[in-house]
Amino acid sequence: MRTRDFLSLTGTSLIAHRLRSFLTALGIAVGIAAVVLLTSIGEGLHQFVLSEFTQFGTRLVSINPGKTTTSGANVGGFGTERPLSIEDSEALKRLPFAQAVVPLVQGNAEVEADNRRRRTTIYGAGSQWPEAYSMRVKSGRFLPDDDPVAPRAYAVLGSKLRQELFGERNPLGQRITIGGSRYRVIGVMESKGNVLGFDLDDTVYIPTARALSLFNKDTLFQIDMLYKEGTSVDTVVDGVSKLLEDRHGKDDFTITTQQQMLDVLGQVLDVLTFAVAAIGGISLLVGAIGIVTIMTIAIKERTNEIGLLRALGAKQSQVLSLFLGEAIVLAAIGGLSGLALGIGIAQLLHLALPALPVHTPMLYVVLAEVIAVMIGLLAGVLPARRAALLDPVDALRSE
Amino acid sequence: MIELTEIHRDFQVGDQQVHALDDVNLTIASGDYVSIMGPSGSGKSTLLNLLGLLDRPTSGSYYLNGQDVTSLTDIEQAQVRNREIGFVFQMFHLVPRLTAAENVELPLILAGMPPDQRRVKVGNALGDLGLADRSHHKPDQLSGGQRQRVAIARATVTEPNVLLADEPTGNLDHKSGMDVVHILEQLNQRGITLIMVTHDPEMGQRARRQLRMIDGRMQSDHQNKSRIEQDDGSA
Repeated sequence: MRTRDFLSLTGTSLIAHRLRSFLTALGIAVGIAAVVLLTSIGEGLHQFVLSEFTQFGTRLVSINPGKTTTSGANVGGFGTERPLSIEDSEALKRLPFAQAVVPLVQGNAEVEADNRRRRTTIYGAGSQWPEAYSMRVKSGRFLPDDDPVAPRAYAVLGSKLRQELFGERNPLGQRITIGGSRYRVIGVMESKGNVLGFDLDDTVYIPTARALSLFNKDTLFQIDMLYKEGTSVDTVVDGVSKLLEDRHGKDDFTITTQQQMLDVLGQVLDVLTFAVAAIGGISLLVGAIGIVTIMTIAIKERTNEIGLLRALGAKQSQVLSLFLGEAIVLAAIGGLSGLALGIGIAQLLHLALPALPVHTPMLYVVLAEVIAVMIGLLAGVLPARRAALLDPVDALRSE
Repeated sequence: MIELTEIHRDFQVGDQQVHALDDVNLTIASGDYVSIMGPSGSGKSTLLNLLGLLDRPTSGSYYLNGQDVTSLTDIEQAQVRNREIGFVFQMFHLVPRLTAAENVELPLILAGMPPDQRRVKVGNALGDLGLADRSHHKPDQLSGGQRQRVAIARATVTEPNVLLADEPTGNLDHKSGMDVVHILEQLNQRGITLIMVTHDPEMGQRARRQLRMIDGRMQSDHQNKSRIEQDDGSA
C-alpha cells in the first residue's frame, strides 16, 4: 500500500467520526499541554533560582563554625568547637588562592541618623566584601583595610537605608548611631534589590570587629572566600581545611562550596520539574486510556470492514498498520495541539504575571511530541493487533 | 481450475465436534458457472470461504490453477485473494464512509497500484455496471441493487479468475436480484469462473452446474446445459 493511500484511508476514518476523534485527540492535547506548561514553569523557576544564586559568582566558599553535614541551625555556640575568629579570617587571606576573604557577622540593630531611626540588618564585613560578592559602591568608598582587630568606626549604607535615613541629602561624612556607638558614613552601595527574600539594600556594613562587640559575640557567623580563577574546588577545600585544622587542632568547621550548593539546588529543582512533569503525565495517561477505548470501540464497530479488507486481499500487517496509524495520527494531532496550547498558556501566563518565570526548552517540546506519538503507538498496538488477528470469516459474519 | 481433494473442515462448538465439510472432492473447470445449494448448516458457506482462502481446511488439498494454496502463508494467501479471487456478499459489505468509486478502488489500493492506473480501472468497472453517474455517491445514497453492483465492480476490478458470490441476491427484491444475477452471468460469459452459494432454487437452477450439499457432504452434482442457454436467449 502506498503511503499517501495509507494516510488518506486513515484520514477518512478519523474524519468520519469527527467529534469522537476530536475528543480523543483533546485528551492527549490536555495531557501534553499540562506537561509542557508545568515543565515550563518548573524550568523557569529552575533558571530563576540558579541565576539568583550565581549572580554572586560561582567561586565562593563559605566556612561555618561547627561540624555539621546538614545545613540548618548554627551550632557554633555549643559544644567544644573553637569559634571562627577574625584571626582565622586573616590567616585564610594569606592562602595563595584567596582572592577575597570576608569575615561575616550578621544581626539586627537600630540605626539612628539625626532624628530618624530604622531597625535594619547589620553586616559586619571585611574590606573585601564588594569584591567577594561582585557588588559596587555607588558613592564614597567601602570599608577600608584597617587593623582587623581595632578598625575605625566607619559605616557603609545600602541604597534603601540611605534613602530612608537621609532622603535626598548627601550622607557622606554624616554621623549615624548604631546600638549606641557612633559611626561615620563613608560610602553608599549600588542598589542590588531582593535576593531570595533578603533585601540587600536595607542594610548597613560596619567593620567585623565592631559588629562582634555590637552583638556581643565571640564567633564569626561565617567566613566567605572568593578563590582565584583557575583554582580547583578541591585545592581550595583542602587548603582551607588544612589551615583551619592546624589552627584549631581539629576539624570543627564546615566548608560549603558554591558549586556544591548549586549542585544540590540544581538537583532539588530537577526533582521539582520532574515532579510537576509527572503530574502532567497522569493526564497524558488518561488521554492514552481514551485512545485505547476509542480504538477498541472502533474495531468492534468496524469488524465487518476488517473482514472485508482481508477478503479483498489485505494482509494482517496492513490491517494492523491501518488501525495503528489511526491511533498514532490521533495522538500526534493531539500532541501538536497540546504543544500549541501549553506554550500559548505559558506565554499568556508570562504576560499576565511577569514575575512568574516561564521557560519552555525546545528539548521538552520535541520530547513531548515524541511521547505523544509513542503513547499513540502503545495505546493503539493492542486494539490494532486484535483487529489484525480477527478471523476474516467471523469478522465478515459479525453484525 | 479448482481442485479440492478429500477436504475436511471441523469446528469445535462447545465440546462438540462439528464436521462442516466432510470429505469433499470437487473439480471446477475455469469459466464454469456453479451454484451451491443446500439448507443452512449444510456447509455451503464454509466451502465458499475455503475456496476464497478466507478459511483453511482441517485436512485435504486445494489446488487453484495448479498451485497448492493450502500450504501458502497468510501473506501469500492475501495476495492470491487480491489478484485471483473476487467476493460478492449478501450484505454487500461496502465501507459506508467511502464513495462508490473509493470502495471499488480498495483492492487496487491494497495492491499498491499507482493512482492514475487505478482511476482508469475504477472508471471502467463502474461504467460497465452502469454506475458511472453514481461513482461519487456514498453507499447510503444508493439503492440495494446499486450497492450490490458497486460490490460486483469492486470484486471484478482486479480482473480475478474466480468470482465467489455468497447469496448475492439474498438482500434484494426480485427485480434487483435478477439484474444482479444477469450481471454475474455476463461476467461468467466473458470467462470468469462464477461460483454462487444460494438457497433460492430459482437462482440456483440457472447455473450450468448445480451442486447440492447436505451435512457437509456433496449430495448431488448436476449439469444443466440446456436451461442456461434457453434463459440467456430470453434475457
